[in-house]
Amino acid sequence: MDLEIAPEHASFRDAVREFAQGVVQPHAAEVDREHRFPHEAIKGAAESGLLGLLVPREFGGAGLDPLSFAIAIEELAQACASTAVIVDVHTSVGTEPILLFGDEEQKRRWLPRLASGELLGAFALTEPASGSDAASLQATARRDRDGYVLNGTKVFITNIGHAGVYVVFARTGPEEKAAGVTAFLVPADSPGVRVGQLFHKMGLHGSPTGELVLEDVNVPTANRLGGEGQGFTVAMRALDSGRIGISGQALGISQAAVDEARGLMRERGHEKSKGDSDVLYRLAGQGDDFSLADMASRVESARLLAYHAAWLCGAGRPFTRQASMAKLHCTDTAMQVAIDALQIAGEDGARQGSPFERHLRDAKALQIYEGSNQVQRYVIGRDLLRG
Amino acid sequence: MDFEFSAEQVAIRDTIRELVQDRVAPRAAEIDQTAEYPKDIEKLFAENGVLGIPFPEEYGGISGSSVTICMGIEEIAKACASSSLILAVQALGSYPILVAGSEEQKKRLCPPLASGEKVAAYALSEPGSGSDAAAMTTRATKHGTEYVLNGTKQFITHGSVAGTLVVFAQTDPTADHRGISAFVLERETSPWTVSKLEHKLGIRGSPTAQIVFEEVKVPAANRLGEEGAGFKIALAVLDRSRPGIGAQALGIAEGAFDYALNYVKERKQFGQAIASFQGIQFMLADIATQIEAARHLVFRAATKVDTKAADLTKVAAMAKLFASDMAMKVTTDCVQLLGGYGYISDYPVERMMRDAKITQIYEGTNQIQRVVIARALLR
Repeated sequence: MDLEIAPEHASFRDAVREFAQGVVQPHAAEVDREHRFPHEAIKGAAESGLLGLLVPREFGGAGLDPLSFAIAIEELAQACASTAVIVDVHTSVGTEPILLFGDEEQKRRWLPRLASGELLGAFALTEPASGSDAASLQATARRDRDGYVLNGTKVFITNIGHAGVYVVFARTGPEEKAAGVTAFLVPADSPGVRVGQLFHKMGLHGSPTGELVLEDVNVPTANRLGGEGQGFTVAMRALDSGRIGISGQALGISQAAVDEARGLMRERGHEKSKGDSDVLYRLAGQGDDFSLADMASRVESARLLAYHAAWLCGAGRPFTRQASMAKLHCTDTAMQVAIDALQIAGEDGARQGSPFERHLRDAKALQIYEGSNQVQRYVIGRDLLRG
Repeated sequence: MDFEFSAEQVAIRDTIRELVQDRVAPRAAEIDQTAEYPKDIEKLFAENGVLGIPFPEEYGGISGSSVTICMGIEEIAKACASSSLILAVQALGSYPILVAGSEEQKKRLCPPLASGEKVAAYALSEPGSGSDAAAMTTRATKHGTEYVLNGTKQFITHGSVAGTLVVFAQTDPTADHRGISAFVLERETSPWTVSKLEHKLGIRGSPTAQIVFEEVKVPAANRLGEEGAGFKIALAVLDRSRPGIGAQALGIAEGAFDYALNYVKERKQFGQAIASFQGIQFMLADIATQIEAARHLVFRAATKVDTKAADLTKVAAMAKLFASDMAMKVTTDCVQLLGGYGYISDYPVERMMRDAKITQIYEGTNQIQRVVIARALLR
C-alpha cells in the first residue's frame, strides 16, 4: 500500500499549478462578475497541452492517466471553477466517448483537433423531461439515405455555443428506453444546429450553459459513435470517468476555500484585541479553529477517495461505485466547506466578488450535475446490494 | 403552554399573507436581479400598517409584540427575504428607542416610524469592529447642548434609505465599552453620508451601506439613556432582534420548501413523480422536521422577549443560531430537489439559498451566538 502520489504526478501537479495560479486565477473574479467565457485560460490550457490529457500521443494528446486528469482539474478549480468545468467536460464526456467507442477513422478525424483545443467538446444527453431518467430521452435520429436526421432539444449543455462538436444522444429505434438510444458526433456548424436559451445560473458564471436545439440536422453515418442502440452504454461509461473529473473540481474548490479561510485566520491572529473582548476572541477563535480542522479533514478524506477511483480507472479495474462515492463525497464536501469558509470570513466574505461567496455559488452545481448526488446514492446502493 | 397565535395575530398574519402573495411575491425575482431597494414595497407596508407592528399603540403602532413581529417577518420572507428586512430593520432600528428612550423620546421619535413615514436603521458595526463591538472608534464629542459625531460605520442595513438612524459612538474612548453611548439621528437635522453600497451574495434588494459621519451634529436630547449606557443598550436590542432573524431564516426555508414540495410532486422521472422515491421522501421528512423545530424555537424566543424572561439572551441566540443554520441546509437541499432547474434563476430556490447565508452572519455571527449561549450555560 502506498498512498503517496508518484513523483511524475507530483511534478505534473506543480506544472499545472503554476499555469493555473499564473494564467487562470487572475481572471477568476472578473470572469464570474462579467459572466464571460475565460478565453485566455482556455487558450492557455490548449497551448500547455491541457486539453488533450487523456488522448494518446499518437492522436496528438498527452496520453496521461485518469489520476493526472483529476489532479489537473483540481488545480484548475482551485484557481477558477468555471475554467475547470469547461476543461473537464471537454476532456471527459466531450472527448472520451470517441477514445472509448470511436473507430480508427473517427479517432484520426476528431481526436487531434480536440486534443489541440482547435475544437472544444461537449456532451448533450439531458432533455427538459429527462434528467436523472436519461434513458427516457426523446430526441430522434431518423434513418435517411446518407445517414440520420436529428431532431430534439437538449438542456443544461456545458460549453454551449463554444463547442466545435457535440456528443449527442438520440433515439434511433422504437425500442423502449435505453435500448433505442444511439450516440452521434454533431459538428456545431451543421445546418439546423442552434443555441437556444442560455441559462442564468447561481454560479459557474464563466461556463456557458444552455439549450442545444436540433432541427432536421443531417448527420452522416460516419459520425455515429458505436452501434445503433449502444448510445446509453456510451453515455454511462463516459459519465463514470466524468465523475472523477467532477471530484477533482470539487477538491479544487474545497482546497481554495480552506486555504483562504486559513489565510484570513492567520491574519486575524496577528491583530490585537483589547479589554473584555479578549475572552470573546479566544472563545470564538477556538470555534473557528475547530471548523477549519473539520474542513481540512473532510477535504483530505475526499481527496483520497477521488484518487483511489482515478487509480482504479487507470488500472483498468471496475470503478463505477468508487467514482460515484468520490463524486458524492467530494461534492458534498465542497458545499459544506464553502459554506463553513464563508462563515469564518463573515460579512466581508458575503460581498460580491469575494472568493468565499463565489466558491459557495460554484460548489452547489457540483452536487447536481453529471448525475445528481441522489443518482450517485442510487448507483452506490444498487452496486452494494447486488449479488 | 400555548402554541397558538391570538385571533388578533391571525388577522394580522392573514393580511400580510395576502399582501405578500399579491404584491411582494411577483416582485421578488426582479428585486434580486436589479438589486434595487423596493421602495414600492416599503410604501405598501407603510400604508397597510405593517411598519407599525414593532410599536405599541401609545406610540402610534399596532402591536409591539415580538411574536407578532416574527410572524410578520416570517410571512414576508417566505416570498422575498429582501422585503422582509423592511419590517425586521424597522424593528431593529426602533428597539433602542423603545428599550432605552425616555417617554418624551418615544412620543417624539416613534410615531413617524410607526406610520411608515420614515424607516429606521441601526449602526453598530465598523470596518475594524464587527463581532468585537467594543473596539469601535466612532467618536461623539459634547459641545453644549449637542454632540458632534465623527467616524465610519460598516454593513449598515438600510443606512442609505433610513430617515432615522441609531448610532453607537464613543463618548469616552478611555472607558472601553463603558464609554459607548447611543444616539438617534434624524436625517433632516443630522444628515449622514453614504460612502459605499455593498454588492452581496444575497438579500440584494436590501441596501447595505457604509456610512461616514463628518462633524455631524446631534442634539443631546437625542441621546438614549446615560452616557456610557450604549453598549448595554446595543446588547439588549440584539437580544430582542435576534428572534426576528430566526423568523427571517424560517420564512426563507419555508418558502423554498413550499416550492420544492410542489416541484417534486409534479416532476416526473422514470414514469413517476420524483416524490414517490424514498430517497426524496426522506429528504422531505428531514426538511419539514428541521423547519418545525426551528419554528418552535423562534416563537419560544419571541415569547421570552415579550415576557422579558430571565433566560431571554440565551434562547434568543439559540433561535437565531438554529434557525439560520437550518435555513442554509434546507435551502441547499431544496435547490438539490429541483436539480439543474434549482441552479438557474428562472426558479426561485437559488435566490433563497443565496439569501439564507447572511442569516448565519448578521446580527451576531453564529460563532458569536455560540459564545453567548456557552457563556450563559457556564455562568
